[in-house]
Amino acid sequence: MLPGGHLLSVLIFFPALGALALLLLRGDDHKYIRYLSLTVALAEFLLSLLLIHKVAIGAAGYPVEEFSKWINQPFINYHLGVDGISMFLVILTTFLTPISILASWKSIEHRVKEFFIMLLMLEVGVIGVFLALDLFLFFVFWEVMLIPMALLIGIWGHERRVYAAVKFMLYTMAGSIFMLVGIIWLYNATGTFDLPTVQQMLANGVLVLTPPTEMLLFLAFFVAFAIKVPLFPLHTWLPDAHVEAPTAGSVMLAGVLLKMGTYGMIRFCLPLFPEASHRAAPWIAVLAIIGIIYGALVAMVQPNLKKLVAYSSVSHLGFVVLGIFAFHNISMQGAVYQMLAHGISTGALFLLVGMLYDRRHTFEISEYGGLATPMPKLAAFFLFAALSSLGLPMLNGFVGEYLILLGTYQRHWQWASWAALGVILSACYLLWSYQRVFFGEITKEKNRTLPDTSPREKWILATMAVVTLWMGIGSVFITRRTATASQTVIDQVEPQRPYEAGVPSKILDEAPRKTAPRAPSTSTNTAMPSVTERLGAR
Amino acid sequence: MNSAIPSLADFYRVLPELLWCASGVLAMLLQPFVRSRSFFTALAFLGALAGTGASVIAFRSPGLGFFGLVQSDAFSFFFHLLVGTVSVLVILAAGPYLDRERLPAAEFYALLLFATAGMGVLASAQELLTAFIGLEISSISSYILAGYRRDSLKSSESAMKYFLLGSFATAFFLYGIALVYGSTGTTILDKMGNTDPTSALLKLGLAMILIGLGFKVAAAPFQIWTPDVYEGAPTPVTAFFSAGPKAATFALLLRIFATVPAATHFWFWALWVLAVLTMFAGNLGALVQTNIKRLLAYSSIAHAGYILVAFAAVTAMAQGGSAGAAPAYAAVLFYLLSYALVKLGAFTIVSQLGGTGEKNLSMDDYAGLSQRQPVVAAMLSIYLLSLLGLPVTAGFFGKMYIFKAAVNSHLIWLAVLMGINSVIGAYYYLRVIVVMYMREPNAEAAAAAPVNFPLPVNVVLAITAIGTILFGVLPNPVINFILQPTLFGR
Repeated sequence: MLPGGHLLSVLIFFPALGALALLLLRGDDHKYIRYLSLTVALAEFLLSLLLIHKVAIGAAGYPVEEFSKWINQPFINYHLGVDGISMFLVILTTFLTPISILASWKSIEHRVKEFFIMLLMLEVGVIGVFLALDLFLFFVFWEVMLIPMALLIGIWGHERRVYAAVKFMLYTMAGSIFMLVGIIWLYNATGTFDLPTVQQMLANGVLVLTPPTEMLLFLAFFVAFAIKVPLFPLHTWLPDAHVEAPTAGSVMLAGVLLKMGTYGMIRFCLPLFPEASHRAAPWIAVLAIIGIIYGALVAMVQPNLKKLVAYSSVSHLGFVVLGIFAFHNISMQGAVYQMLAHGISTGALFLLVGMLYDRRHTFEISEYGGLATPMPKLAAFFLFAALSSLGLPMLNGFVGEYLILLGTYQRHWQWASWAALGVILSACYLLWSYQRVFFGEITKEKNRTLPDTSPREKWILATMAVVTLWMGIGSVFITRRTATASQTVIDQVEPQRPYEAGVPSKILDEAPRKTAPRAPSTSTNTAMPSVTERLGAR
Repeated sequence: MNSAIPSLADFYRVLPELLWCASGVLAMLLQPFVRSRSFFTALAFLGALAGTGASVIAFRSPGLGFFGLVQSDAFSFFFHLLVGTVSVLVILAAGPYLDRERLPAAEFYALLLFATAGMGVLASAQELLTAFIGLEISSISSYILAGYRRDSLKSSESAMKYFLLGSFATAFFLYGIALVYGSTGTTILDKMGNTDPTSALLKLGLAMILIGLGFKVAAAPFQIWTPDVYEGAPTPVTAFFSAGPKAATFALLLRIFATVPAATHFWFWALWVLAVLTMFAGNLGALVQTNIKRLLAYSSIAHAGYILVAFAAVTAMAQGGSAGAAPAYAAVLFYLLSYALVKLGAFTIVSQLGGTGEKNLSMDDYAGLSQRQPVVAAMLSIYLLSLLGLPVTAGFFGKMYIFKAAVNSHLIWLAVLMGINSVIGAYYYLRVIVVMYMREPNAEAAAAAPVNFPLPVNVVLAITAIGTILFGVLPNPVINFILQPTLFGR
């Protein structure tokens, strides 16, 4: 028996049950539909918090697993598992879903039932992606999740929604079809889709990939993930999708869906193809740095507020990719942290932009100006979110970016120096746009009488702000839980130097106390259990 | 087999065909005496169902029948069930259609049942002339069915094109048989096993057989007829064309592969090229279509291309002995099953929404369908997503098995080209979904009453949709059956 009962399955399929229940409600019963979906999403959030209790700090491998046979030809298993990294991504998803539901409370008036069904189904797909340990199952969730997202953009989006939805769908499918070929190639070589088994085979030398093959396989996976992240130059679907999506769609897209790409890199690309990862790392780092700087520069000149936030995502996710491919425990931890932090802070920014849109029905920065006078509370929340996004110390964005830069600097100081430009630029575009929207004279008459935040909006924003602050000052809570998992990934990608005991602990001593990930000291000093031991325990 | 008199078991082995033919003949005979249309619908339905059920009896008495002309094995059982089910479902869907279009019922069902019998023969034929007869029975019925809406110019054009080009292809097929016979001295597939694969005569004969069958499955460059014929034929007939004859013809091709090693050696590159051409011809053609029937016609060309990829994998795998190719055979069988379900469902919806005279076939008529008829739109989306190959549908596993077969036999380039084609395909399938879900209906369509879906049609839709999802979640039973080592009775 595997520990954990069926918690993971429940986590995946509970929202689907909720969606089914919604399906049975009458379509014009808007009130019940909204309350039911909110209840389901909140219950799901509480359920996901159980994971924190179940996943012990420092536990190696996948502390909670589920395994049963699904299809016997080819052998596909229903294998789920959670570790420190995926745990927080799941919680991020279950946190942002009720927020999105609340954010759509008033703004969605058209085909309400379908909208909330789609949101819940999206949650199903995303959680499935984060929990699947069978390559095939992973692919299934990866694809299934596309449909609700594309429909969310395409039905409830703005003017060019259809174009954006189709573009989003085609980009993702183009990437994933080659991932499927890669997955099948691995199956033919190993006879299994099971991720831990394949990893074991690679580690034991049962499966030996020639360098060109490994590189091709690496690329087959990497391109699919890079499109999702999106990594420059595959990012062009993102601004369209974001600008056209309804607020809830943008929040989920930026908050969770983009993380599926970086999660895929951490979970699949690095452990399965370590040599190819090393060889590709310099190129990927260059693309990531271009993404950081290019995204920031384009954000700076955007006349459209929502597009600005979208491009800031390109820039911030560039940091994550850089942190991953620096192959350093600290930068890896930073990358994971940045994934979570970006989900919260960019999610908050999209919520705020959506609230402005609800009032004025435009994203043009030039239509605004001087908004701090009629709506001081919204302005305050916006400032808070912008500051967290640009990485002000004490707020969540700082922790991630700092750890990434710190870890990357250990390995390649040049990369870190270039990437640091992004930090400066993000301050420029966020503060400048803030100034143009909220300060100065009110130039448009309409803006004088805009209502400030409603109680519902205030609650949403206050929740986001509290989490932002908590992640900024209580980061240890998260980093000590992600430490073992990220160290495991580092071990897998760098088997020749499994643990460099001296380096991290030295940095840790010098690092500011608030941001010091405590766990590396436990995981690096007590030697990691070898791959065989870990698999033997399963 | 020593006596010259067929045994009872021989008749069991062709019982499905016998029942199909008998009910067809009965419908013809009763036509002058019975006026009730629903009587013929019921007769045809029961006849088709009985024949399909009888395939179990045929399967229970495995082995060669009629002195080696036909073979009853798991393979023929699978295809009898498949074409029989297709036939039953088409009859169900055709009833309301014939009523609406005021077309005579008895002949329609008779022709449909004859065509089914012909396909049954194709699936179990173990000898080339028997196969030819099966092909002819099904083809000639199909030609007439294509032109069944006599008043419609398009329908007549469809029948004419199908007939002329089809006869041409049949001639190729027959000539090919003659050359193969000249080279090997037999038309029985089993006995061709140890012939000299380098014989030029044999190669020429096999090439002609491939051309003849390539035409029937709409493989490029022999696909030109497909869009016109599919568009012009009555829509239930189109559904039948895309599911039935295609499956039966592929069945014959598979049977030839499985029993004649010379063919597998010779056909590899031909199939490779055919597959690539067919995929691109279908998908690129479909991109610009605005008529939904034509779009689905091009899509069926594309899908023939995907199946040919699996055939190329069969030939590549069979180099090391026929047994090694089992996964590729299974891929073809599974794909045909999933494809038949989906195409039947999709064309049935198209037929129903078309309205009297099949007027509403353009993409614009589907705008905002999700608001007018949400269930129908959802069903059509399931079919389209299965054609696209999205997980949790049967089409996904079909495509995955083909991918797997191609990668297994080191045809990486073919797999990559198929991947590219899948993405192109995704565009036009999604376009239909986008139109249904994201576009507002035009004023005329919004004002019109929702199209009525009678019970038999709903049954067809329910069976095909449930099958699509069921085989997409639990393909185990089917895949276990078609992966059995005695698929071809040995």
